[in-house]
Amino acid sequence: MALLSVQSISVSIGKLNPLDGITFTIDKGEILGLVGESGSGKSLTAMCVMGLLPRIGGAITKGSIVFDGCELIGLPEIEFRRLRGKRIALISQNPMTSLDPIILIGAQIDQVSKLHLGLSAEAAKARSLDLIAQLRIPEPAAIHRAYPHQLSGGMKQRIVIAMALAADPDLIVADEPTTALDVTIQAQIIQIMVELVRDRGLALMLITHDMGVVAQACDRVVVLYSGRVAEMNAIGEIFAEPKHPYTRELIRCIPRLGQEPGSLKGIPGTVPSIIDYPDGCRFNPRCGDARELCRAQVPALERKSSGLAACHFSEV
Amino acid sequence: MVSFFLKRLLLLIPVFLAVSVVIFMIVHLVPGDPIDNLVQINSSPEQKAALAAKYGLDKPLYQQYAIWLGNALTGDLGDAIILRRPVADLIAQNIPHSLSLGALALLFSTVVGIATGALAAIYKGSWIDRTTMTLILLGSTVPSFWLGLLLIMLFAVQLGWFPVSGARSWDALILPVLTIGLGGVALVARVTRVAMMETARKDFVMMLHAKGVPPWQIELRHVLRHALLPVVTILSLRIGWILGGAVTVEFVFARPGLGSLLITSLNQRDYPVVQGALLMLAIAVMLGTLLGDIIQAAMDPRVREGIK
Ligand SMILES: Nc1ncnc2c1ncn2[C@@H]1O[C@H](COP(=O)(O)OP(=O)(O)OP(=O)(O)O)[C@@H](O)[C@H]1O
Ligand code: SF4
Ligand SMILES: [Mg+2]
Repeated sequence: MALLSVQSISVSIGKLNPLDGITFTIDKGEILGLVGESGSGKSLTAMCVMGLLPRIGGAITKGSIVFDGCELIGLPEIEFRRLRGKRIALISQNPMTSLDPIILIGAQIDQVSKLHLGLSAEAAKARSLDLIAQLRIPEPAAIHRAYPHQLSGGMKQRIVIAMALAADPDLIVADEPTTALDVTIQAQIIQIMVELVRDRGLALMLITHDMGVVAQACDRVVVLYSGRVAEMNAIGEIFAEPKHPYTRELIRCIPRLGQEPGSLKGIPGTVPSIIDYPDGCRFNPRCGDARELCRAQVPALERKSSGLAACHFSEV
Repeated sequence: MVSFFLKRLLLLIPVFLAVSVVIFMIVHLVPGDPIDNLVQINSSPEQKAALAAKYGLDKPLYQQYAIWLGNALTGDLGDAIILRRPVADLIAQNIPHSLSLGALALLFSTVVGIATGALAAIYKGSWIDRTTMTLILLGSTVPSFWLGLLLIMLFAVQLGWFPVSGARSWDALILPVLTIGLGGVALVARVTRVAMMETARKDFVMMLHAKGVPPWQIELRHVLRHALLPVVTILSLRIGWILGGAVTVEFVFARPGLGSLLITSLNQRDYPVVQGALLMLAIAVMLGTLLGDIIQAAMDPRVREGIK
């Protein structure tokens, strides 16, 4: 049984409906990539899993999220809070703003293990120092008594990762953990994170818009397009035989070594706006294979020869 | 932290000098010769000259200033003309009254203001928020002398709960403290509420929720702590305003204090006393700002390191 099973959830924020029937699963110890262009609903999906959607004024209107056999939709906030940080942890998009600027780094990591594991101050500190060291930060003790502004962005993100690991969660949700960082350290941080997750056998939902990162780190991938799932498949399959035209475009756009500069082409057309999604398949204005049916009818997310895809005309 | 403190202290020196020049000049800016205020109407020019020499008024202005400042720094503020006592004594006699009134009013504004502001922010949109906001609006628009008269009418004259005036017993402090403090409560509550609501929208607060920290802990240990920074700034800037409030309130309640001393001596054109009292008020304002800076630095590492 999957550790996390998200079944056709839809979300509304005010009059907007940014997510429509999102479906995917994550197994224990699995790394699932969640990819899609900006605005496709990646962060909102993470908020749904974390149970934080009400904090931004959103609500899940239908569907189900089952975590380790427990239905999360309708779960009382007080019980959800015991999962957050303890069994499901978040690594946020922007390390620069994710730490409390006037509280010592150490106290912010200690807080998690004190809260969820009931550790004493000394035990929590020892644990935090160990975690800091595991993230390959030199001089853990000095970092433990530093303030966030004294650290670089990369260091801060390592601290956020340490914080996520502090209570030994089963699932980590990482929302574009490196986009705010310098390109040179992005790969390094992803690598450290993936290593720690693999070592501990944790499940990771890795949100990114970088197919290179997906290829490097993930077991399976969910491709989102404008608030819907376009395709979900194992990593080998998705690169070898993408079923959805949008996935094909994404893969085509990965920059490759030895490629002539300037030959890099984005996907033609623009991402549709949430206030004006096209009828039928939302990818139809940009799709080379689009036909009449695509404009009239929403393609269902269906089982293909491998994985799932939502396209009227995808082969097999 | 020590170097931060020394830096702030050094910065106050030019401010103090500028303020002292202004206070010194007051005597020389008022129309008429200050000597005329000292002597009898029909005294001779010789008598005038003798008096001028006695008070050093025959010397050039800059020398007079230097002497005055030098004396003031050693605690000698000269003699009161009307009351014929050392100004320093008069001030020493009055300062405890002003200090207790000011400190209590400050404490009252801070504690009650932060508590109401925090409640309004935590329960924003609820009846608690709406009620406090209405009271805050009332509290910040009513002038303090008017509020003072109102409180006297109601609690002292009508109900007879507190003395109408004076400073003979502790309960004589309550109405004056309320009069100065209520405006402060309104101000502090408003700043606290807005700052908490602004902080609550920050990424790190969402992260705290994601860590599973209980909401009351997030509000009190993190959000309120951030909100206190602007509150401290406002309060340290408003020390002067609170002291100014004390001036009118002491007058309304006929309490002794620096404010009463200032007003009486102004009416009597007793300039050495006016100068001394103003100098004390200026020093109090500067110490208030310094204290605010220090509290902020203690609370925010970025202020300590001069980043913010
Ligand atoms: N608080 C909100 N209120 C209203 N609309 C929102 C809110 N948050 C997100 N949206 C909308 O929902 C859609 C999905 O947003 P989301 O943040 O999940 O995108 P994303 O895939 O994470 O994009 P990015 O790569 O830019 O982070 C967007 O169209 C966005 O405008
Ligand atoms: S359903 Fe039609 S428009 Fe959508 S991806 Fe498939 S072929 Fe393209
Ligand atoms: Mg996002």
